Amino acid sequence: MQPSVGYMVLAVVIAGVITVLLRALPFAILKPLRKSKFVHALGRWMPAGILVILAVVMLKDQLFAAPGRWWMALVATAVTVVVHLCLGRRALLSIFSGTAVYIVLLNFV
Amino acid sequence: MGTSRSSRAAGLRAGAADSLGVGLGIFPLGIALGVLVIQAGLPWWLAPALSIGVFAGSVELLLVSLITTATPLLTIAVTVFAVNFRHVFYPLSFPIHAIRPGLGRAYSIYAMIDEAYATYVLMPAEKISSVRMLTGQILMQAYWVLGGLIGVALASLLPEPIEGFEFALVALFVVMALDAARTKAAIPSVVLAGLAVAAAIVAFPQAEVLAALVIFTVLLVVRYLWERRPGAATPATEATHAA
Repeated sequence: MQPSVGYMVLAVVIAGVITVLLRALPFAILKPLRKSKFVHALGRWMPAGILVILAVVMLKDQLFAAPGRWWMALVATAVTVVVHLCLGRRALLSIFSGTAVYIVLLNFV
Repeated sequence: MGTSRSSRAAGLRAGAADSLGVGLGIFPLGIALGVLVIQAGLPWWLAPALSIGVFAGSVELLLVSLITTATPLLTIAVTVFAVNFRHVFYPLSFPIHAIRPGLGRAYSIYAMIDEAYATYVLMPAEKISSVRMLTGQILMQAYWVLGGLIGVALASLLPEPIEGFEFALVALFVVMALDAARTKAAIPSVVLAGLAVAAAIVAFPQAEVLAALVIFTVLLVVRYLWERRPGAATPATEATHAA
C-alpha cells in the first residue's frame, strides 16, 4: 500500500526543517564564541580529522557494499592515492582514475 | 554591485570547476535516489521534493526506505536528527564569512552538504569569493536534483544501470583527506581522528560517523587542555597516554 500524500509531504517537511536547523543553529550559537581561543583551535584542528573520518567510513561502507568484491574498492582506493600523490595532486584526475578502475573491475571482472 | 564583471565571471568559472569533481559522485547518487523512489513504488515527485526539501544525500536515501515502510513521523524525525547531527561540527571551520549576509549566506548554510564542506573548508581565504562558493553549491544541488529526475525516468526504461559510479564519492573524500593531511601540523589531528573512527566502528556500528565525531571532539578538548597546561614545554613524560 502506498503511503498517503499528506504523510509523505509531512515526512519531507519534518526532515527538511531538522536538517536546516542542524546546519544553521550552530552558526548563530557560535557568533559570541568567535573570539574564544578554544573555538579557534577546534576550527583549526577539525577539518583534517573530519575528512579522515568521512573518508574511512565511506570506504568501509563501500567495502561492504559488494560482498565478495571488497578488494575492488581497495584496489580502486590504492589507484586513487597513487595517482594523487604521483601525478601532482590533481583532484579531478585522481577521482576519475580511481572511479574508472572501480567501474571496470565491478562490471567486467 | 561591488563585484566587477570580470571577477564575477572568474568566480562563476571557479565555482563550476569546484563542482565538477564532486558532481562525478553526486550525479550518479542522484540517479540512484530516483531509481530507488520508483522501485519502492513511490510517486516520482518525491525525488525532487527530497532533493530540494531536505538536500542531504545519505538521509534522503534513508528516507525513501523509511517512507516506503510508513515509519512513524517521530521515528523519522529522530533518525534524521541522529544522522545529520554531524553538521553541527562543520560551522567551526566552514568559511561562511566569504559570503555576504542575506539570501546568499542563508542558501549556503542550507546547502552545506558534506561535499560542499569538503570542497571549501581548506581553500585559502583569498581564493574564495561569494560568487565562487554559491556557484559551486548551487551546481552541486543542480546535479543532485537533475540526477534524481533522470533516475526516475531511467527506472522505467533500463533494467539495471551501470554499477560503481558511486565510488567517485569515496575517491573524493580520500583525495580531500590526503590534501588535508599533507602538512606536519595536521598529523596530530589525523592520528586522533584515526583513533576516533576506529573506536566508533568497533563500539558504535549503528552511528559510526556521529560517534567518531564526538570521540574526536573529546580528544581535541583533551589535546587543547594538554597543550595549555602549565609548563607545556616538556610533553615527553606522558606523551603516550593516548595510545
